[in-house]
Amino acid sequence: MTDISRIDVADSHGEKVVAQPTVYVYEAPVRLWHWVNALAILVLIITGYLIGSPLPTVAGEASQHFVMGYIRFAHFAAGQIMAVGFLLRGYWAFMGNEHSRQIYYVPVWRASFWKELAHEIRWYAFLEKAPMKYVGHNPLAQTAMFVMYTLMSAFMIITGFALYSEGEGADSWEAKLFGWVFYIWPNSQEVHTWHHLGMYVIVTFILIHIYAAVREDIMSRQSIISSMISGERHFKDGA
Amino acid sequence: MAAIETFYDVIRRQGVTRRSFTKFCSLTAASLGMGPIGAAKIANALETKERTPVIWMHGLECTCCSESFIRSAHPLVKDVVLSMISLDYDDTIMAAAGHQAEAILQETKEKYKGKYILAVEGNPPLNEGGMFCIDGGKPFVEKLKWMADDAMAIIAWGACASWGCVQAAKPNPTQATPIDKVIHDKPIIKVPGCPPIAEVMTGVVTYITTFGRLPELDRQGRPNMFYSQRIHDKCYRRPHFDAGQFVEQWDDESARKGHCLYKMGCKGPTTYNACSTVRWNGGVSFPIQSGHGCIGCSEEGFWDKGPFYERLTNIHQFGVEKNADEIGLAAAGVVGAAVATHAAATAVKRIVSKNNDHSA
Repeated sequence: MTDISRIDVADSHGEKVVAQPTVYVYEAPVRLWHWVNALAILVLIITGYLIGSPLPTVAGEASQHFVMGYIRFAHFAAGQIMAVGFLLRGYWAFMGNEHSRQIYYVPVWRASFWKELAHEIRWYAFLEKAPMKYVGHNPLAQTAMFVMYTLMSAFMIITGFALYSEGEGADSWEAKLFGWVFYIWPNSQEVHTWHHLGMYVIVTFILIHIYAAVREDIMSRQSIISSMISGERHFKDGA
Repeated sequence: MAAIETFYDVIRRQGVTRRSFTKFCSLTAASLGMGPIGAAKIANALETKERTPVIWMHGLECTCCSESFIRSAHPLVKDVVLSMISLDYDDTIMAAAGHQAEAILQETKEKYKGKYILAVEGNPPLNEGGMFCIDGGKPFVEKLKWMADDAMAIIAWGACASWGCVQAAKPNPTQATPIDKVIHDKPIIKVPGCPPIAEVMTGVVTYITTFGRLPELDRQGRPNMFYSQRIHDKCYRRPHFDAGQFVEQWDDESARKGHCLYKMGCKGPTTYNACSTVRWNGGVSFPIQSGHGCIGCSEEGFWDKGPFYERLTNIHQFGVEKNADEIGLAAAGVVGAAVATHAAATAVKRIVSKNNDHSA
């Protein structure tokens, strides 16, 4: 969250440096996780929807087909990849740079956070002429990431494993670790409904996430999309 | 003091033969999944241990549990278990009535303090001081607490006693409350279902009265032996589910072929019960076998998890009945439209500000 717009990039002769400032933000594990996770979520959304509303009936003998079986397998496999990714990403929050920790908290205790959050909201409401520049996420993005991505993912992973444990049996490790969900909702039909609604929160998050990334890439003169591939953030205006 | 009275004494006095008694023991051992020596153990226990009295009380309910119970597939099971129970107290089927009947409760409380089983069918309504269910001149909730005080354990029969059932469906005007929310200091076993399967009921009663303890329970307080798997896990139509063959309409080709009823709202995938293995009416059939989906009658709040004929549950919090897809798509649609509008506004603003920059 360094405000790089104030970095002085004039050289000793007082001439402006032509090169644009570049900062290494997203380390390789973060980038790899981002795209693996994105793919897993895409598979989860499609297969999850099809589990709730299955494809039309296939003709012939039941022994010749495994349509629902494959859809469910893809859902479970992608879910487990997402869960492992979530754990490894959590580990990287401790090992990585300061930006790797950003999506795990919202610094509500910092007065500057609220001020900058207000600025960011005004920027999106077209009330500010220029956005502030951030090396990592801006305060609004950080809040959205934390609530709609990190918390929602945890919710989906927990409810997902709880539902999966029903098929695995009461003595499975999934049931031992996640069975407590059924204390909250004794009828698993209700867990299904919440898991289903959670999917739409993530769909909504994706809409906002992609739109904001594209928009900021253009409007705030800093790289967003390519940063998640190269790891580097370019500031196109220079200083 | 007279010699202790065993179950066997009572059963023989009721006219049940030794042969029927041993048959009952092996049948029960089999249904409880007890292994080869189970029958002998049950017989031995029934012959030597002091009889455990069972008090059967009725709260806010429809008596479908009793109806199911007395239709236990094997008449001898019914005879044997019923003679065990009706001897003490069951206000629906006992011979005694009025003060004579109520005196039995007082007597059991004193004579078998901490030794009797309290089987509760139905639940107490708590609203208006419990006035929606009066039993013997006082609110049922008082009678329940009074008898629960000295009981060894409590059996919560059916969806009413276990979860609340239809009388607890929203908005639950009488505040009908399941047993475990009223009694907190006694072991409670839930035997949910509307009604529970007869063989499950007799199995549970026999286990507790024979061994003097509750069978292994799951997280929700249900006996593992009958409620550890879902209808879906043992459903004979499961291959059609995995294959992706579903009944789409009640009279379509798939319905005739007996495909999976998932799309017709079958709650088998979320319902823990033994219907798909034990079945009903002497193992003749069960709802799915008859072509109708499971309505999830042994699950918590099943009346509020409808519709019975659709896969996705209606969510009432939004005023109108919508399911997760309808709400989710509407939310995503609104956000999508907002994003599009915002993008358009951004573009307009950019053009306008560029023009201003040029003119300045």
